[in-house]
Amino acid sequence: MIALETTSSIDLTAAVDGSAAAKGEDVPHESAHLHVSGEAVYIDDIPESQGTVHAALGLSAEAHAQVAELDLEAVRAAPGVVAVITAADIPGVNDCGPSVQDDPVLAADTVAYVGQPLFAVLADSQWAARKAARLATVRYTPRRAVLDARTAHADEQYVLPPITLERGEAQAAIEAAPRQLRGQFSVGGQEHFYLEGQVSMVAPKEDGGLHVWCSTQHPSEMQHLVAQCTGRAANQVVVETRRMGGGFGGKESQSAVFACIAAVGAVILGRPVKLRLDRDDDMLVTGKRHGFEYDYDVGFDDSGLIHGLRVAMVSNAGYSADLSGPVMARAAFHVDNAYFLEHVSIAAYPARTNLQSSTAFRGFGGPQGALITEYVIEAIARHLGMDPLVVRRRNFYAHAPRNVTPYRQTVKDNVIAPLITELVADADYAQRREAIQAFNRESPVLKRGIAVTPVKFGISFTLKHLNQAGALVHIYTDGTVLVNHGGTEMGQGLHTKVAQIVARELGISSRRLRVAATDTGKVPNTSATAASSGTDLNGMAAQRAAGVIRTRLAEFVAGDAGVPADTVRFADDHVYIGERREAFTQVVKRAYQARVQLWSDGFYATPDLHWDADTLMGRPFYYYAYGAAVSEVVLDTLTGEWRLQRVNILHDAGNSVNTAIDIGQVEGGFVQGMGWLTSEQLCWNDSGRLTTHAPSTYKIPTARDIPRDLTVRLFNNRNAEPTVLRSKAVGEPPLLLGFSVFFAIQDAIANAVNPDYSKPRPNPLLRAPATPESILDALQGLNVAPGAVE
Amino acid sequence: MSTIRFLLDNAVQTVTLTDPTRTVLHFLREELRRTGTKEGCAEGDCGACTVVLAQAHGDRLAFRAVNACILFLATLDGKALFTVESLRSGCAGQLHPVQQAMVDAHGSQCGFCTPGFVMSLFALYKSDVKPDVAEVQDAISGNLCRCTGYRPIVDAGLNMHALPLAADSDPLFAAGRSDMSQAERSLLHRLQAIRPTGGKTYRGQGRQLIAPVTVDELTQALQAQPQATLLAGGTDVGLWVTKQLRELSTVIYLGGIASLNAVSVHDGRLSIGAGVSLTDAIPAITEHYPALSELFRRFASVPVRNSGTLVGNIANGSPIGDAMPALIALQSGLRLRSAQGVRELPLEAFYRDYQVKDLAPGEFVESLLMPLPTDDAVVAAYKLSKRDEQDISAVCAAFRLVLQGDRVRDIRIAFGGMAAIPKRASNTERRLQGQPWNADTLASAQAALAEDFAPLSDMRGSADYRLRAAAAGLRRFYLQTNTRGALSERDLNVFAA
Repeated sequence: MIALETTSSIDLTAAVDGSAAAKGEDVPHESAHLHVSGEAVYIDDIPESQGTVHAALGLSAEAHAQVAELDLEAVRAAPGVVAVITAADIPGVNDCGPSVQDDPVLAADTVAYVGQPLFAVLADSQWAARKAARLATVRYTPRRAVLDARTAHADEQYVLPPITLERGEAQAAIEAAPRQLRGQFSVGGQEHFYLEGQVSMVAPKEDGGLHVWCSTQHPSEMQHLVAQCTGRAANQVVVETRRMGGGFGGKESQSAVFACIAAVGAVILGRPVKLRLDRDDDMLVTGKRHGFEYDYDVGFDDSGLIHGLRVAMVSNAGYSADLSGPVMARAAFHVDNAYFLEHVSIAAYPARTNLQSSTAFRGFGGPQGALITEYVIEAIARHLGMDPLVVRRRNFYAHAPRNVTPYRQTVKDNVIAPLITELVADADYAQRREAIQAFNRESPVLKRGIAVTPVKFGISFTLKHLNQAGALVHIYTDGTVLVNHGGTEMGQGLHTKVAQIVARELGISSRRLRVAATDTGKVPNTSATAASSGTDLNGMAAQRAAGVIRTRLAEFVAGDAGVPADTVRFADDHVYIGERREAFTQVVKRAYQARVQLWSDGFYATPDLHWDADTLMGRPFYYYAYGAAVSEVVLDTLTGEWRLQRVNILHDAGNSVNTAIDIGQVEGGFVQGMGWLTSEQLCWNDSGRLTTHAPSTYKIPTARDIPRDLTVRLFNNRNAEPTVLRSKAVGEPPLLLGFSVFFAIQDAIANAVNPDYSKPRPNPLLRAPATPESILDALQGLNVAPGAVE
Repeated sequence: MSTIRFLLDNAVQTVTLTDPTRTVLHFLREELRRTGTKEGCAEGDCGACTVVLAQAHGDRLAFRAVNACILFLATLDGKALFTVESLRSGCAGQLHPVQQAMVDAHGSQCGFCTPGFVMSLFALYKSDVKPDVAEVQDAISGNLCRCTGYRPIVDAGLNMHALPLAADSDPLFAAGRSDMSQAERSLLHRLQAIRPTGGKTYRGQGRQLIAPVTVDELTQALQAQPQATLLAGGTDVGLWVTKQLRELSTVIYLGGIASLNAVSVHDGRLSIGAGVSLTDAIPAITEHYPALSELFRRFASVPVRNSGTLVGNIANGSPIGDAMPALIALQSGLRLRSAQGVRELPLEAFYRDYQVKDLAPGEFVESLLMPLPTDDAVVAAYKLSKRDEQDISAVCAAFRLVLQGDRVRDIRIAFGGMAAIPKRASNTERRLQGQPWNADTLASAQAALAEDFAPLSDMRGSADYRLRAAAAGLRRFYLQTNTRGALSERDLNVFAA
């Protein structure tokens, strides 16, 4: 059974001018026809200019060492090699860190993880470059390598200072509470596994110019880092990104090293250079989602109400700061998830380890922050013999005074209670829980489990100045429209939504409209397409740009016709002027001849954001997105294997611009979150080498892992804040819906000990990801001997 | 001569091979500039490079999805290749129903994996089934998507047959049916016309690929070049090139030898030749051993099974190959051939130590010989991995049990992932032979697993976990077969629940 539904009662009155055209309309992805026919151009598909050379990287084999000798003679002598680049060859600054300068483009004296780029080979083919790169002789003087976050934490080795977020008297509240629980938990990192690996191509242009094609979520940062490492000014570097074959945060900061190396090569040789990574190298070089280690201490009462919570979180930041600071802040901001925590103390430590530098990944610390509280809630419920849903509801944000976050933002748009009520009714949660209990009483080996988990996710960059965007809208004299904006397309449908928004603003069909490649030469000083903010920011900027032109056109035709400009309407590819209508194309032609400017810029900065980076207090988020999921699993208690059997999701995308695209984000996010917490396990060996460095060993979900009994609906809601068309950001929040799978597995394990939901039961110590091994360990910890039938 | 001929978009391509181990993906992207086919992993695990091959299969045409990234161009000789670009050109510039179904279902987000999914679905479209959910899922088992969560792609696979083929389309691109269409017959004839009739050797860059068409030619070539790399499906050898960057000096490709591409039954044994793909071998086995269906469903992915051979899996001799535990438990043997003649040996004797096999220089595995089932034996095989599909086992267990009353008359147990080779659990078996099949002997046998195996810890599982999982497998088999209240498959298997 598949029930793909979208709510039919979207509030059309939210539309700016009452026209329903293009709003909530499920137009396909603007590139869908190109995707399916193989005609969508990714960077490696761009025809190479004559003389293009190909780069490959030489990587560190040591986790932490002094480079005593780097002998590249054999590399230089290898067939097809044109040049070899080391740190000494970098004409500008040898750094590509997004905020802190601790990320060398090429390691100079010291290597800090296995896989760190040491040198680059430029050759006449990628094959020749890759072969040559393996011929280097490197002598290392090893240093002590720290490979796990808890050791680094014990050593107080951090990439940035730790942070704390506190309210009330957590310790006292815990001690005074009728009941206490404390424990540890851990969650692993996650490889992005964008299907298109990292790739950059750089062509030298006249007068020191560089044209960079980069698969990146952050063209402006690439522009600045390329300029910085090649000793150029920003106005000499253009970065262009038409589309990425997936990003997920992995191409926010970490596309930089590749863009920089290709740029340095292009500068040195005066020839175009392409650097496209082999998958294994990509996985060895680039950072992943931060794994987290937690210690928690909670005090609560017999109703499940949390009186006090203390959480210490250690993130595995890897060898450099990268984005670990803001990831840590967002983690701290999401420990509350959907719950009012009156007395709370959160400490977050970004541990420095000799591993890949952990980076942005869909959710950006938010999932790691929220996960520990969901884990604690489950522990409380089992301790009390209560339905975890009851404990969740007991602690949800509610009316004042229970509507203020630990960072003192008032939650004004809270819909979690009605949302979850609607969801559990849809999902027959209560009846199914009964059925599961009955099944588990009769089934000696297989056990079922179910969980419902909520999401509340804060929307805005926590770095305030990033909450701005620009756009250009051009109307050509044939009536077609070209839009440029600062956001990048990585599959999330941003360009489609922006096109819909602009088309709607101008009252034209989206067929007339194209969104062009993101280009730093057109819209400058852009923020990363990240933090789920793409449509909120760029959609609004584009809407404003289109609005300016619309006003000009309205004034032009109104003056002509002698009617008030504010009565002119734009719809159905026509302009309605008083009693008559005129084709949009015709109006455009006339306006051009009358010398009306047919293009405009637009700019948007999210209002009302303020917070103090030292105390973490204020309003970091413009609004919140909500959602919840119910998942049911069946678990083999002998082997630890399990199957997901049914999923119900209800998600708040506000007043959706494109329900098909939003549902795609919800489903994809859910599956990605499930993968993170189940099959996707990152392993490093004792030498610090990543052993899960290819899809043969690193297992993201496949089609059969997704049940057909998957119901995804969008919650009927409109943004309380005046966002573009009152929609809500939808990129990251759904990732947290995957929690429900993890906790359903944990429920199934608990059910193996005692199927009676009304009895207090031990909390299974289930590590995330819940691989079969992790599950068997949890079962063994509870002395489960399955299938005893004698 | 070093040219190959194959059909691409219905036109004969004649290509002079200058690099004997050049991959199809490289050729498509770098030479033909057909960039719709993508490189995602270059090891056959993500499916972004999926293309479809059509070739004669009996008197029919088989359209099968394969991974272009690890497929050597030389092996295209005499076949028909379809890439994602072929579809639109075969449909008068319009989208093919598979493509339109993907658009309609919102089946693409970033689009990078999409051409691969389209081609996997196209192969399914060209088979004669109107697929159900499981068949669609299986067809895309070798394709990873990181954006959509797959639901819309499965929907596209379910809906694609309902969409019309554009007017003026080449009828070859119509859906498969139970009989051959005129267009398919015509393609089959054209393939027969370009089929290589004699052995070939491709030379370039100081290396060579020899493609014999008879067993005698193969035997002679291997005698002359005993160090040569034998290539069948290339699902492992391909990675030696794309990942290890090895320059294979001499490769002998046995895919052109018709007599090796044969399945037959002789003297109560199923014989599967060295050229038989897993896709063709599996139904031949599961027809006799339905209990192995799940193991083989979870064995790699459709494109890997289409290219890879069962004998290749065996001869490669990986300790984590999924076929061997079951084949060892079932007392299978190998037929080995060299210029000196033919010999047989039990499969379990073939593996001596890690990557050390009982194979003389110049000798090759000609076929697998598998006894047909007996009425008194119960057979089971369990694969344990982090993911259902397309994952390498942490532990693979296989059992064959003959009970007499409630006593064990004979038991054979073999494991993969537990030692440097696929290996029988001899001590464990000994604790059970002739004993009552009860909880006490089970416990004793489980304890003996630690005498049989000292497994490794790696990214697929710790040594301790592997031992526990092996014991769990034995327990599951006991629960399934004991005489005092056996549990059904539905009680024991999450994949059946």
